[in-house]
Amino acid sequence: MLHAAVVRSPHAHARVRALDLSRAREAPGVRAVLAPGDCDALDETAEFEGRAVVAVAAETFGQARAAAELVEVEWEELEPLLDPEEAVRRGSLVGEPRRYERGGYERGLAEADAVVEAEYRTQTLNHNPLETHQCVCEWRGDGLDVYISTQYIWGVRDDVAAAFGLPPDKVRVICEYMGGGFGAKNGAGGYVTLAAELARRSGRPVRLALTRREENVGGGNRNATIQRVTAAAKADGTLTALGGEFICSLGWGGWLASTAGPMQLLHACENVRTVEYGAKLNLPAMAAFRAPGFVEGTWALECLLDKLAAELGLDPLELRRRNYANVDTMDGRPYSAKELLECYRRAEPHWERRHEVRARSDATWKRGVGLASQIWYGGGGPPSYAWVRVGSDGRANVVTAMQDIGTGTRTAMAQIAAEELGIRLERVQVQVGDSSRGPFASISGGSSTLPSMGPAVRAAAADAARQILEIAEQRFEREDGTLSLRGGEIVSPDGTTWPLEEITGLLEDGQILGKGARGPNPAGMRVLTFGVQVAEVAVDVETGEVVVERIYAVHDVGRVINPLGARSQIEGGIIQAMGHTFSEARLDDPHRGTVLTKTLDAYKLPTIADVPEIVCELIDKPDAQLTNLGSKGLGEPPIIPTAAAIANAIRDATGADVTSLPITREEILAALREARERERVGAPSA
Amino acid sequence: MRLTVNGEQHELEAPFGRSLAEALRDDLGLTGTKVSCGEGHCGACTVLVDGAPHLSCITLVHTVDDRAVTTIEGLRDHPLVDAFVRCDALQCGFCTPGQIVSASALVEANPSPSSDEIRHAMAGNLCRCGTYPRIEEAIRTWRD
Repeated sequence: MLHAAVVRSPHAHARVRALDLSRAREAPGVRAVLAPGDCDALDETAEFEGRAVVAVAAETFGQARAAAELVEVEWEELEPLLDPEEAVRRGSLVGEPRRYERGGYERGLAEADAVVEAEYRTQTLNHNPLETHQCVCEWRGDGLDVYISTQYIWGVRDDVAAAFGLPPDKVRVICEYMGGGFGAKNGAGGYVTLAAELARRSGRPVRLALTRREENVGGGNRNATIQRVTAAAKADGTLTALGGEFICSLGWGGWLASTAGPMQLLHACENVRTVEYGAKLNLPAMAAFRAPGFVEGTWALECLLDKLAAELGLDPLELRRRNYANVDTMDGRPYSAKELLECYRRAEPHWERRHEVRARSDATWKRGVGLASQIWYGGGGPPSYAWVRVGSDGRANVVTAMQDIGTGTRTAMAQIAAEELGIRLERVQVQVGDSSRGPFASISGGSSTLPSMGPAVRAAAADAARQILEIAEQRFEREDGTLSLRGGEIVSPDGTTWPLEEITGLLEDGQILGKGARGPNPAGMRVLTFGVQVAEVAVDVETGEVVVERIYAVHDVGRVINPLGARSQIEGGIIQAMGHTFSEARLDDPHRGTVLTKTLDAYKLPTIADVPEIVCELIDKPDAQLTNLGSKGLGEPPIIPTAAAIANAIRDATGADVTSLPITREEILAALREARERERVGAPSA
Repeated sequence: MRLTVNGEQHELEAPFGRSLAEALRDDLGLTGTKVSCGEGHCGACTVLVDGAPHLSCITLVHTVDDRAVTTIEGLRDHPLVDAFVRCDALQCGFCTPGQIVSASALVEANPSPSSDEIRHAMAGNLCRCGTYPRIEEAIRTWRD
């Protein structure tokens, strides 16, 4: 196997003036070198740092790296566009601005007793999965095998097939295990094309793994935002208008995630006006990152709502209840199920702790409690398929070409099949991760894996169970449809039981093959997920240090399949949110547009020492309208409301309004100064 | 040079500058040790050298000549492995070998570590999935 290294642009905007590959080609161990013109993934013009220019494959990674160092590039530096507001002014946008309006926004403002406005900002974030983007490409005859760390093997198959003009099934994509994605690994990406082309030219398998520094530049990111938002309400708290201008720093590509989504969907409000801009800048392109848009938008919206509650002198929880949406806010469709009110009810005792928490404040450490709610998709959808194979030993094998990105999908699928077949979990095996060894399966993204795949697996297991029971009914001379599978046995209503193996054993080498497909989502209904989080914080008003002492989370995602795994998803989401709330930020050189935080030393992920007490609860009520399973996804919801809940707790503790993420000590101290100033001048009357 | 890994002696020809992680993964095929950052910031590549945690990605293989290296493969039967599974202390699992190696050194020195001691000892092992509460529980209950 050969190893690849990539020469990339060190500049945010530049053109190759001259390129000399002669020394690289002759370096020890080098087997293939690609330059612009050899492969679409290479270019002589770099519109962002990290743009690939040359790729080298050599016998060892060290040799590839050394050869890459010998590539001589003469760059002509060009002026980079880095300011998102300037980009909007100049019309440098990815796609058209997205405008949305319902009702009469101006009328809503005019009717209001209170109007609050604020500007919130969020930073650029890197996914930083601990396994960087990587693949091994190997040509076999006229077909290509791609071993890859991905969230979507079928997407990789199609991307790579298109890049090489191959029929899709000539590309086999394998991902048995992978080291995290969080949205950054939803497709193939140029690095796979490079590895495949290097493999084609060298006739050898080629491994291309991004280094951590490459990952922190070009591995994708959650785009920064500037959000100028307004909320208006009657004295009783009824929202009369919500509005916002959202400027998203997408970089040189990507797509405009819905930052206005929470404002449009979360609370009932007749008059809403939003405009979103995707600023095209000389920076690496964004990629989906765990609830893209909604993490950023919920931060602004839910902080703004607390500001409004303060202005109105209303309890923030009560304000949210008074604006509860009973039907979809955008088109009036009924929800397939919605337990947000129940989330509020269960959150109440945790919210009530604020009196006791505040009372523990002293001169230096101020304590407070804040909450935020959350809305997101997560209903999944068709198509997705699964097979269930039952052998003569009565064991079942679930086969589907999905991938488990670490969310415990294998276990959940095994549970679903085991329940349907009435056998123990240990008797079910799950085979995933190979596009040539199973039917089409959904992407592991958008909180869709379980709600998309689970129903297909259940249907396949039900199909297998039906066939087993038909044989049993014939053999035991029972009426059709009278027998069932339970506890590893075939059960008759009269109490007679037979071991499952008594029927499956007849098969010898034969097998029962069950097939299942994911059905459609309920027509005319909106399928969404909901939740509430309550944060307790202590703020050192002298140093600006914030300690999150406790987070309570309650989420409504329909039926819960694996409570242990579900708790892990909630905790993981909250901990990742702690990262973007306090420590994580990609910092760019403001003049050159190059990334300054390329290492895990500079880009600060949360550690085990940063974790607060986390209390999780799930409503766990099946969505009766949604598929044969009633389950929605939980990968994304828990990361959405945390930052706002924490900021609202900081406001509760100190009166300080924080408006930028990450919340640094500097930010806290400045917000405290502003709060003191407001108090000195006298608070405006509500 | 000689490299003793998980009690087994290996004769190895390694160029100067080769890291212990490269030697383990590429020369000995012990791919349980993961390289995530390659510069000693994340802890994924942690192995034991004479019982003490070392970051194998920034340890030159020649510096451990004749010393005892333990990798995750050598801890296959350690009760911590089951504890991690029982407590759901991993999601994607990429950091897990390093977590378990670090934890094994901790419980060897301190079989009943407090929450603070666990957090102190494990703060150098990053987990992007955020399984920290589960990791803490696994270490607290490793003998159960």
